[in-house]
Amino acid sequence: MIPVEFYVVLSTLLFFIGVYGFIARKNLIGMLMAIELVLNAVNINFVAFNRYLFPGQLEGYLYSLFVIVVAAAETAVAIAIIINVYRKMGNETVDSIKELKN
Amino acid sequence: MDYSQFLVMQHEVSLAGVLILLLLSDLILGEKSKRCFQPLAILIFALHTIYGFYLGCETLPSSNTAFAGMYLTSNIHMFLKNILDFGTLIVFFLSYEWNQTTNKENIAEFYLLTISTLFGMYLMISAGDFLLFYLGLETASIPMATLVALDKKKKVSAEAGAKYILTAAFSSGVMLFGISLIYGSCGGSLYFADVANNFAGEKFQVMAMIFFMAGLCFKISLVPFHLWTADTYEGAPTPVSAYLSVMSKGAAAFAFMCILWKAFSCSSAPEISESWKNIIWWIIVITITVGNIFAIRQNNLKRFLAFSSISQAGYIMLGVIAGTDNGMGSMIYYILVYLFTNLAAFGVISDIENQTGKVNRDDYNGLYSTNPRLAVVMMLAMFSLGGIPPFAGFFSKFFIFAAAAEQGEYLLVFLALANTIISLFYYLLVVKAMFINHSDTPIVTIKSDKMSLLALTVCTIGVVVLGFISPLYESIIHWSFGI
Repeated sequence: MIPVEFYVVLSTLLFFIGVYGFIARKNLIGMLMAIELVLNAVNINFVAFNRYLFPGQLEGYLYSLFVIVVAAAETAVAIAIIINVYRKMGNETVDSIKELKN
Repeated sequence: MDYSQFLVMQHEVSLAGVLILLLLSDLILGEKSKRCFQPLAILIFALHTIYGFYLGCETLPSSNTAFAGMYLTSNIHMFLKNILDFGTLIVFFLSYEWNQTTNKENIAEFYLLTISTLFGMYLMISAGDFLLFYLGLETASIPMATLVALDKKKKVSAEAGAKYILTAAFSSGVMLFGISLIYGSCGGSLYFADVANNFAGEKFQVMAMIFFMAGLCFKISLVPFHLWTADTYEGAPTPVSAYLSVMSKGAAAFAFMCILWKAFSCSSAPEISESWKNIIWWIIVITITVGNIFAIRQNNLKRFLAFSSISQAGYIMLGVIAGTDNGMGSMIYYILVYLFTNLAAFGVISDIENQTGKVNRDDYNGLYSTNPRLAVVMMLAMFSLGGIPPFAGFFSKFFIFAAAAEQGEYLLVFLALANTIISLFYYLLVVKAMFINHSDTPIVTIKSDKMSLLALTVCTIGVVVLGFISPLYESIIHWSFGI
């Protein structure tokens, strides 16, 4: 059986790839996808911990289900707002939203 | 299942009822009777507020739980929810005119989204478990993003909304990563009480906790996560900025304190909380200083209030680091005073912006000669934010400093005091602009509508009188609990 550490290493890698993507991507949709990577890392963590460390319970599985649902809601709102940005500015890169600054 | 558990959460049930009622009435009223919606919404919400006060008057047992400890309530929770209700009501009054003119098409959306965020804050305050807390946080922040982007015609509103939702989603992702590590390292249970039993201050656990804190720091806009604040406040419609600056900050600060002292510390082993106290210490110092330094150079008043609210969040955190019942009581008192003060300031800005479209400090030159009453309200708000006696802001700062000093945080209190002096400089710059500077083209005389007049009157009375009502502070202290 694959030991639990492997899952933790995988999820940590995925998490930091997501963080890197959020910082490095110029496209707003790309940033949103990077956030999805972070949330998937979280789900892997929850499910792996639940399966290996606390097999008698359901809390981790349940939590990952909630994370998926909330992430869907969040993405829906974010995409709606990004479409609005696209209509106003003509493109959806980070450089286009710089009207507000000192 | 025992349905009587819902009786414990009457406050939430009432708010959910208001939400559903308003949704239905928006559907039923139709196009012709749209103008009835706004008075109806305010009336129903006012009834809910009164019901909340009625509930808050009863003395509850100190820990009243439902759903196996997932939800908990007590008098202090009730009191904070009542403060939030009251503040939301004031925001509704302030936004009445804005809804009639600028926001004509989305009146119902404004009310429904605001009340849903309030519902999320309720859950966040009352959570006894990381799951309910997370759901509350998201219920508060997702509708908030749509509120920020509500003004579909304006570029800046869309931009502010995009910045808000992306930062919110990212920081809640980081927070969730922290919660998943807590789940793995603290015994496989997500109840605060169970986590506390297994939290030993080990390095891995502290790391998980720091990840977790990211999400909350975002909500309270503490320094590593403050970058969204100024842009969002400036771009959002002014009533939404007012709501964002007071309500979500107050609720998140209280939840932060509850979680830190319930889940990550142990009354029998104080050295555990020492493992993370240093982090909070530095966050507070940097937050207050950065907020102050950036506030000095702002000309746009909404941006200026955003940075001022960052530094005020640092002061609120002083109550968290104290962690005693005095700390919690003075924090809630601070939130109450901050609500009146900040809503007064935002009310004046919103009134002037609505009628003239001017938000810069230079535009306020000579405001006293044309709009003496608005200028005086703004002056009182600035004095109270800066902490000049005898206004309420002085008392709230005094109590929160005293609570932190009680725990031996003398250096922290000294640094906060030094920062208060810096903050006086920029608060008084606004007062100077209104009273001393002359302008050839001052803002024309503005006739406020009745609703915002009422809201501003209530806020002004609050700012002037609140500091002298000592029974209020005493009852908060009496209800509050510490470690």
